[in-house]
Amino acid sequence: MLEFSRINHTASPESLSTSIQLDVTGFAPFCARRLLTLAGIGMILAGMVFGNIFAVFVLHQNADRVGTSLAAAAQAAEAGDAAAVASHFKATGEFVENRGTKVDTHVHLIAFGYLALLLALVQPWVKIPEAGKRRLAWLFVFGGTLLPTCVFLIHYVGLAYSPFHAIGWASILADLGGLLVLAATAGYLAGIVRHVGTKQPPLPDKLLVERSTPARWLLAGGLGLILAGFLHGAYYAGVDLYRHEAFEYAFLAQMSAGAAARNPAQINHALADYGQLQGDKAVKIAAHAHAIEFGLLAMLLGFFQPYVQVREPWKRRWTGLLLLGSLLLPVAVQLELKYGILAGGVADLGGMLVIAALLAMWIGILRYTGSIDAMLEGAQR
Amino acid sequence: MKARQLLLFGGIALALLGMSHGLWYAIFAEHQALDRIGQSLSLSFQAAAHRNTAEAEKALLQYREAKYAYDRMVDVHGHCIGLSMLLIILAIGFDRLAISNRRKLLLAWALLLGTGLFPLGVLMQTWSHAPGPKAVAVLGSALVTAAVAGTAFSFLRRQGA
Repeated sequence: MLEFSRINHTASPESLSTSIQLDVTGFAPFCARRLLTLAGIGMILAGMVFGNIFAVFVLHQNADRVGTSLAAAAQAAEAGDAAAVASHFKATGEFVENRGTKVDTHVHLIAFGYLALLLALVQPWVKIPEAGKRRLAWLFVFGGTLLPTCVFLIHYVGLAYSPFHAIGWASILADLGGLLVLAATAGYLAGIVRHVGTKQPPLPDKLLVERSTPARWLLAGGLGLILAGFLHGAYYAGVDLYRHEAFEYAFLAQMSAGAAARNPAQINHALADYGQLQGDKAVKIAAHAHAIEFGLLAMLLGFFQPYVQVREPWKRRWTGLLLLGSLLLPVAVQLELKYGILAGGVADLGGMLVIAALLAMWIGILRYTGSIDAMLEGAQR
Repeated sequence: MKARQLLLFGGIALALLGMSHGLWYAIFAEHQALDRIGQSLSLSFQAAAHRNTAEAEKALLQYREAKYAYDRMVDVHGHCIGLSMLLIILAIGFDRLAISNRRKLLLAWALLLGTGLFPLGVLMQTWSHAPGPKAVAVLGSALVTAAVAGTAFSFLRRQGA
């Protein structure tokens, strides 16, 4: 591995004042690790921005529409109009599908981004020629982008021109994207198996020996968030999960029975309880999932700190902001039912802090690639 | 096998398993499950409109069963992949723990066992409502949580040293 200390001929002024060791071999232009790293963080950023837009402009409005159409269905049942009931439930199904596909887009973009970063990290253990690694990386990125894009389109494309009666073209292409990601990951696993078979130690890798302060903060903070998320999830599963499922059935049964008995008061009471229950369930699951996801992200970014080319004090600031946002969002989401829009605003702020810090680190990594490319160009001249 | 190799292989294998399960479910079962959920709920309220409470209750029970199974299938897929990523990250950082190789191996086995048992227990709940599957899921999650706590403790001890 070629390593250069105190590179002084890069374009950025920051690099003149910091000690940078460029990983010219491991992070060479168009290599698998560079592609997976930049695409991975890009996918996470895209997924987070999409999630924030969805949370602010779609989530609550959609939940209101679902509630309204469910109420309309119950009222139609009370009036004895079975055709209107079916029509209102069709509308409810469409609103639920709209919401579900948006959540799936957000979740899959971020999860594929994480997996891309993980695969970037394990590259020294993959015994495949670089050209093969690069092809697998492209396959992964293509599949990882195709799936969420097509999942997003499911609601809009529907069953148009589909040869099947239940699955549309968007779903078919989304499944193809998943298959490509699966194939690329299996390819990397085969490479790791081959490496273990040779019983050779992997090449020394600067990402795996990083011990800087921001890296340690990110690893410790990330592990703490994951542990907190696990404990929260265990509490939710033990105390709330089965209770919520029983209540959901009970409230729907009350609505149905109220409609059959032409009792509007019972319907309205059950509708209010049902809405409250859905809110309680949503915030608890979101707090659990986000604490663990941000914990994983923090730990992953801890390993990539040697590639983040920004001044050390700024690295610490971005690290602090990322951890602060990662803590704020799940805590505020959990408090949303109690404190309403105030907690919602704090949660959005937490999400934005994470996005800003991640974007800063991504730009830092882009600058690092720029330094390597400039140096290689200089060497060729 | 070393702790790091165990976690790395286990993590990628679990990711592949989770993705395969998700792909299979999306292609062959998800749309049918969502249709069943929507139709049974709609049928229940249509029966209520006809003042047929017995039919309404029957349809609502079908809704409950379909929703119960659907939620767990999605949970299996999500948790398999989430836990697999945790295994891979821990594999990469395992050499930073201030404990002996034997203890690292013990932690790695606990993590691997827990991350396998938890989604398996959740999946088994779609086949049976008996306490067995729930116990498997609880055991799996307890193992993972304890192993992550042990890892965090060892990591912090190293930072303090």
